[in-house]
Amino acid sequence: MANVISDETMEYVGILAKLELSKEEQKAARKDMERMLDYIDKLNELDTAGVEPMSHIFPVYNVFREDVVTNGDDRDNMLKNAPAEKDGTYKVPRTVE
Amino acid sequence: MKITELTAVTLGKKIKAKEITVAEAVSAVLEQIEAVEGDVHAYVTRKDKEKVLKKAEEIQAKIDAGELDGPLAGVPVAVKDNMCTEGVLTTCSSKILSNFKPTYTAEAVKNLEKAGAVIIGKTNMDEFAMGSTTETSAYGVTRNPWNLEHVPGGSSGGSCAAVAAGECLFALGSDTGGSIRQPSSFCGVTGLKPTYGTVSRYGLIAYGSSLDQIGPVAKDVTDCATILEAIASYDKKDSTSVKREDYDFTSALVDDVKGMRIGIPRDYFGEGLDPEVKEAILAAAKVLEEKGAIVEEFDLSLVEYAIPAYYVIACAEASSNLARFDGVKYGYRAKDYEGLHNMYKKTRSEGFGAEVKRRIMLGSFVLSSGYYDAYYLKALRTKALIKKTFDKAFDKYDVILGPAAPNTAPKIGDSLSDPLKMYLGDIYTISVNLAGLPGMSVPCGRDAKGLPIGLQLIGDCFKEKNIIRAAYAYEQTRKYEAPKLAKTAEGEAK
Amino acid sequence: MSKQYETVIGLEVHVELATKTKIFCACSTAFGGAPNTHTCPVCTGMPGSLPVLNKQVVEYALAVGLATNCQIHQYCKFDRKNYFYPDNPQNYQISQLYLPICHDGGVEIETAGGKKIIGIHEIHMEEDAGKLVHDEWEDCSLVDYNRSGVPLIEIVSEPDMRSAEEVIAYLEKLRQIIQYLGASDCKLQEGSMRADVNLSVHEVGAEKFGTRTEMKNLNSFKAIAHAIEGERERQIELIEAGRKVIQETRRWDDNKESSFTMRSKEDAQDYRYFPDPDLTPVVISDEWIAEVKARQPELRSEKLERYKKEFDIPDYDAQIITNSKHMADLFEAATAICKKPKKVSNWLMGETLRLLKENNMDPEDLSFAPENLAKLVDLADAGTVNSSVAKKVFEQIFKENVDPEAYIEEHGLKTVNDEGALKATIEQIVSENPQSVADYKGGKKKAIGFLVGQTMKAMKGKADPASVNKILKEILDQE
Repeated sequence: MANVISDETMEYVGILAKLELSKEEQKAARKDMERMLDYIDKLNELDTAGVEPMSHIFPVYNVFREDVVTNGDDRDNMLKNAPAEKDGTYKVPRTVE
Repeated sequence: MKITELTAVTLGKKIKAKEITVAEAVSAVLEQIEAVEGDVHAYVTRKDKEKVLKKAEEIQAKIDAGELDGPLAGVPVAVKDNMCTEGVLTTCSSKILSNFKPTYTAEAVKNLEKAGAVIIGKTNMDEFAMGSTTETSAYGVTRNPWNLEHVPGGSSGGSCAAVAAGECLFALGSDTGGSIRQPSSFCGVTGLKPTYGTVSRYGLIAYGSSLDQIGPVAKDVTDCATILEAIASYDKKDSTSVKREDYDFTSALVDDVKGMRIGIPRDYFGEGLDPEVKEAILAAAKVLEEKGAIVEEFDLSLVEYAIPAYYVIACAEASSNLARFDGVKYGYRAKDYEGLHNMYKKTRSEGFGAEVKRRIMLGSFVLSSGYYDAYYLKALRTKALIKKTFDKAFDKYDVILGPAAPNTAPKIGDSLSDPLKMYLGDIYTISVNLAGLPGMSVPCGRDAKGLPIGLQLIGDCFKEKNIIRAAYAYEQTRKYEAPKLAKTAEGEAK
Repeated sequence: MSKQYETVIGLEVHVELATKTKIFCACSTAFGGAPNTHTCPVCTGMPGSLPVLNKQVVEYALAVGLATNCQIHQYCKFDRKNYFYPDNPQNYQISQLYLPICHDGGVEIETAGGKKIIGIHEIHMEEDAGKLVHDEWEDCSLVDYNRSGVPLIEIVSEPDMRSAEEVIAYLEKLRQIIQYLGASDCKLQEGSMRADVNLSVHEVGAEKFGTRTEMKNLNSFKAIAHAIEGERERQIELIEAGRKVIQETRRWDDNKESSFTMRSKEDAQDYRYFPDPDLTPVVISDEWIAEVKARQPELRSEKLERYKKEFDIPDYDAQIITNSKHMADLFEAATAICKKPKKVSNWLMGETLRLLKENNMDPEDLSFAPENLAKLVDLADAGTVNSSVAKKVFEQIFKENVDPEAYIEEHGLKTVNDEGALKATIEQIVSENPQSVADYKGGKKKAIGFLVGQTMKAMKGKADPASVNKILKEILDQE
């Protein structure tokens, strides 16, 4: 069955992903997404009942770090990449009104 | 023979034998870059000439002092631009990282530095490794050195083109769904994607974390095995890094495939495969058979489900991995905005290209409320089934043999108009990432247009040595071919 | 007749664990560093950085889970919770949704209404966010990632509480257990313990619970109690006005004593959880559980019994002292030095509690060294200072953690034991106050009190009142 994505859904996904598409971009993205989802629906042909979802390929577990401080202060170096900084902090638009 | 036409290991030997100095090697590469880069455009960032030459001197001193005696000491290398390099621009070929200079170096690159390789620059790629042509780069397309009207493949197109064009002796690429093997195939070079967890991902800017692996791109199998030996390591900074039993990949460089069981999946030779590619692959299989391998066809199954499962998993992970690019801590921030959320949206909408946005949207959608089970879990279950089919195949075979891509390099501009069609081009490479397997692309001929064809060899997890051995044995029957570029640097190797 | 409503409350309690390093990187968790000086590529979300789990976080979470009677998911995983906010550098928080480390436990609380079990739905491990400060001069906010990546456990209760009193009792119980385990200092004011309150109301007898709201930003027991009362009233008003309670997150404003909605169009609250591909699962063996159990420190009930037996202090005192792990630690340390448990207990039960109340402080805020309390006990015991001077000195210990010996010396507070000098002063007072002497002799025995007071005043408080009394009587009865 062909997937139909509404404008509302596109807008909603835009809010989740923090992307603002122009009208044209949105139209194209919507078409692409519908096509991709139609294609992805192919997976429904497969009977996966009883199959455990596989996140990790290998059964590697309990990868731990000991609780020892080894990191120093590299703030000034890291802040050089900040688009805006102030007094050793990252400056952003006001978060609450 | 020119220095830039040597393999990395040969050059390393000549440097060690004092036939060539590191500075001469570096200069030869820089001259070649000067000559061909205008046509090929393999690099996003080239390191400052003076700095590179200074580095060359440092390394030469260490070699002379006997402190550095590895096979790659003094050999010029290029690094894909999604690997962090301290103090050197790392853009992922994206506008959103146009000014990002990491404060740390990727573990794989560090390992190369330890081995004494000289980093020349950062290579072009599809933006955030999303693409199969290197056309989605924000910094212009890379051209295929075999035919400048064609793409080099992707996403490690810059690395593969640079190796083919002699703009470095070898390169590092990364492979999430075929991004080393497919462009290696298109550029006529050898590329290896190791078993997941073999090379540390620390400092590799993530696309699909559960699929990403760094690997070598070089002129031949010997180089690839040697480079992998240098970059593979168990890294405590990467929780998914695997402590392997063997790291001696060069021990598999043996011209002997007698009794090796090689399976050819019938599913790889159906509709959509270019007849010329098919012919070349089957001819290569024949060569291995003549050398004593037991070659037979079999049904792998589930091949057509790998791509949809891959796009769900990779895009879902990418939508989360790429959330950090928001104009707060590093990288691009939009000039005009009103308030926080508008800053986020404008920064990301202006900073990301169309393909990246497309995949972030898809990934956000498949994870969103109400769809998680139907898409994401379904894809993870499919992945489990695909892994099982490979497990079954590797009960019977040491190596799976097939094409790396259904066709040779398309023309620039032909692919992006139809993303789904472009995605389908990854059909032979993608399942290897889903199952965490090692895979390799080795040149095996050219089509009527003169474009290279790549043979893909797939091994079971942690069995790189099997594919290295098969690839090496096959390689002994043919000579490395370099593209004839119109403009090229002068100079012969001593 | 007005309707009767029942309030249903569940809590999400966040506790910062007392590890030295952050949950996924080797940065310090120490409080009070200059902004962003305890950060690295991992906890600032730099591209290419990867998380590696701090083992101690699992140990603490496990210890809390076992002490709160939880079941353990012996195979647990981390998931990403995706949402954009500047204090969240990756724009996802690493947390646990699908397989949290602990589940289905509970603790017993006691209120005026009796004993009751509050169920614990789950406990999961996650990372804390950075700190946002709103700039006073510019229209902007400033981000400090020092707290980003500090390990948290979130303890999610069942909706088992019905009043603010039960909520406070539950929180105190949790705090006590966690402090005893040493897993956190649980300071609400500093934010190392934080509670989000989920609350709904329904008419008594109704079959279903009402629609709940979640309130955040509650950083004291007082704020929690006020928020519960305020939200209960707000919801009842809505229902009585025939309107609907909307399921939403509200932020409590302690100054305005009211909550306001945090919802906006940009907060879709669709977190797109999925397993973090950068972290591997945690597998907890039976042996590991047994080890953590074996290492479990003495918990409150055990300590209570031991205090009564070992130190012979009354149940009531033992209850109060052990109610706070910090106070119990002080008690034991001071007792170990001066070997006078009852006297140490008296100082804690009397002056300490009085001063805590007076200063609106918690026992956790006590900052003096047990050595100083022990010294004071010895000094008072030896009669070096009298009891009223000792109280004054204790106030200084309480406030400034002074060394009592040095303080007494410096301020010349030693009791004067020179009987000759004392006698001379008393004789002087007696001769200056003939009326009082006459009153005393005339049978008003209370008049002696005035003379003692005058003597103490003349001695600047440094006399032993009992000695003064004795000498006075001798002089007066002689005459």
